[in-house]
Amino acid sequence: MKDTPLSNCERDFLLKAIEEKKRLDGRQTYDYRKMKITFGTDYGCCFVDLGKTRVMAQVSCELVCPKESRPNEGIMFFNIELSPMASPAFEQGRQSELSVKLNRQLERCLRNSKCIDTESLCVVSGEKVWQIRVDVHMLNHDGNLMDAASIAAITALSHFRRPDVGIQGEDVTVYSPEERDPIPLSIYHMPISVSFAFFQQGTYLLVDPCEREERVMDGLLMIAMNKHREICSIQSSGGIMLLKEQVMRCSKIASVKVSEITELISKALENDKKARKAGGRCGFAESLPQERITALKMDETPVEMTDVTDRANDIVRKAETPPQTVPSPVVPVPGVGQVGQGLQNTWGLEEDDEEEEEENDNSVNEQEDKVTEMEEEQHEKEESGREDVVEISDSEEEDVVILHPETPDKAPKNTGSSSQHKGAATSKKRRK
Amino acid sequence: MFSCLKGKVGEVLLPGDEFSFEADDTISLTEHVKREKVVCGPGLRRSGDRLVVCKSGVLRHKQPNMFWMDSQQRRYVPAKGETVIGIVTVKSGDVFKVDFGGSEQASLSYLAFEGATKRNRPNVQVGDLVFAQFIIANKDMEPELVCMDSSGRANGMGVFGGGGLLFTVSLGLVRRLLAPRSEVRSDLQQLFPCELVVGMNGRLWVKSSSVQQTLVIANLLQSCDTMTDQQRRQLFKRVAQGAL
Repeated sequence: MKDTPLSNCERDFLLKAIEEKKRLDGRQTYDYRKMKITFGTDYGCCFVDLGKTRVMAQVSCELVCPKESRPNEGIMFFNIELSPMASPAFEQGRQSELSVKLNRQLERCLRNSKCIDTESLCVVSGEKVWQIRVDVHMLNHDGNLMDAASIAAITALSHFRRPDVGIQGEDVTVYSPEERDPIPLSIYHMPISVSFAFFQQGTYLLVDPCEREERVMDGLLMIAMNKHREICSIQSSGGIMLLKEQVMRCSKIASVKVSEITELISKALENDKKARKAGGRCGFAESLPQERITALKMDETPVEMTDVTDRANDIVRKAETPPQTVPSPVVPVPGVGQVGQGLQNTWGLEEDDEEEEEENDNSVNEQEDKVTEMEEEQHEKEESGREDVVEISDSEEEDVVILHPETPDKAPKNTGSSSQHKGAATSKKRRK
Repeated sequence: MFSCLKGKVGEVLLPGDEFSFEADDTISLTEHVKREKVVCGPGLRRSGDRLVVCKSGVLRHKQPNMFWMDSQQRRYVPAKGETVIGIVTVKSGDVFKVDFGGSEQASLSYLAFEGATKRNRPNVQVGDLVFAQFIIANKDMEPELVCMDSSGRANGMGVFGGGGLLFTVSLGLVRRLLAPRSEVRSDLQQLFPCELVVGMNGRLWVKSSSVQQTLVIANLLQSCDTMTDQQRRQLFKRVAQGAL
């Protein structure tokens, strides 16, 4: 799918705004957007939000044979995927120019700077080494993918733990995370890339361009540095002419930004470590805000309170008195006394409810009166077979009207609370 | 059915909710029976003898008998008669191809401008903004735009755009801006004087006296999309005080 074309008026406006040192979202020239780093449940999974740009990195490892030229070094493999969910301009499967460019830059930034100690990844020299694979996925493209990708990659590598390995002579045992704690990778330093966008042939520069600014820029300068002020990689694209002073100024700005970002990364890693140690829940799902639509929370609604007491008194006065249970103990058989619920129920006609429920088959019957009359007649005939079938419906909507009470002298079945409720409903109906 | 629809006006409904003729809709034999007509707008669909909601949103009503679902979305589906802001992408021969944010690009003939003839072509370049209305917009054909109304007059349509900023908002905000007595518009009028072009495809174009003011208005409109009226008024008040 094609991306929305940039109109002439947008381009003119953006350039005019940049000349007046104004950015679309109100940032200053050297300001980064709000950055947020979260981790997934596995070790090595990291999400980075740079404003609206969203990137995910996942690190995984595997035991493989080393390269012939370097038999005692591990292998690092980087891969950036431009998913179509990031932007309508990205197509699945096609190796676009941007994707090649980003892959090359990430490799130069992380591999050539030797930020990871590859010799520590060797298990058996010449035979088995660890291959560490970093996959970076773009989830949303709102400008400056390179910075977000580099931050995500290095954070994921710092977060990752590889399984412990034991060597006894010729045998190599790889311990699972449950048997032995996994070991972090040995990382010497953290290279972070900072992007500068240039406009009007290098006259104006902006740090961390958003997507629209990227579309109107003349050229891009990317500097990868670590917090010890060592430049790991510099790349200039777009063919703009840059002066020496401009490059020096950019590198100074980059060193300030990189130290801020490295601090943010270490804080995020610390928080995650603490959360995992404390046994708290961590991971992607927990980092999302809890805005559940099903939460039982309602805003305060104003309630009319002027005549509440009067109405309450009214209701209490007009209400019917609750039914009086038989206070004195019942003596069914000499020598046996019974108080309260049990064999003899004071609601009466629990058996009639059961009968009618069986007949009606759980359907709301509008002609209840007639049916109950008929059932009353059938009741005497079917008494004998009654004991076998106990079918109680849980539907509380059945309005069963009992016309005349049955004498409760037979042994009623104890059918549980639902029939007691039914009994309550029937007695109320009777009183009406 | 009219009464139960009327009863639900202003409530949030979800797709799958249906309205049907009630079982005890009695027809009186003595009174004169009025023919009830219910006009279904977007979001309501008739299936058999029931009215089914097919978009989540709030049910709205307009006299005498029009009902529709007011829903929030950002993707625009072209409809005949709607005015949109488009960007010219291709100029080939007699026809311009215009991108309006839909699945296809619409075609705009060079003769569809006021006072355009074969000799007198309109001055339209690739990348220009046009304000046009749809004359053909259905799912089977390529959409077509024109920059004049049925009598041949421009009526506000045509090429525009020097010096302003184009940005996108949701379709709900656009409809609220275009409503006859719009609160958002009246709040905006009290802020800064500005020129505003509203396209029903979710695109807005703003031009004010300075770049700063234009940016402020653009950011305000983009953020007041998801705010309640109360929050929006507070925000506008804060901006008015801050700007002064």
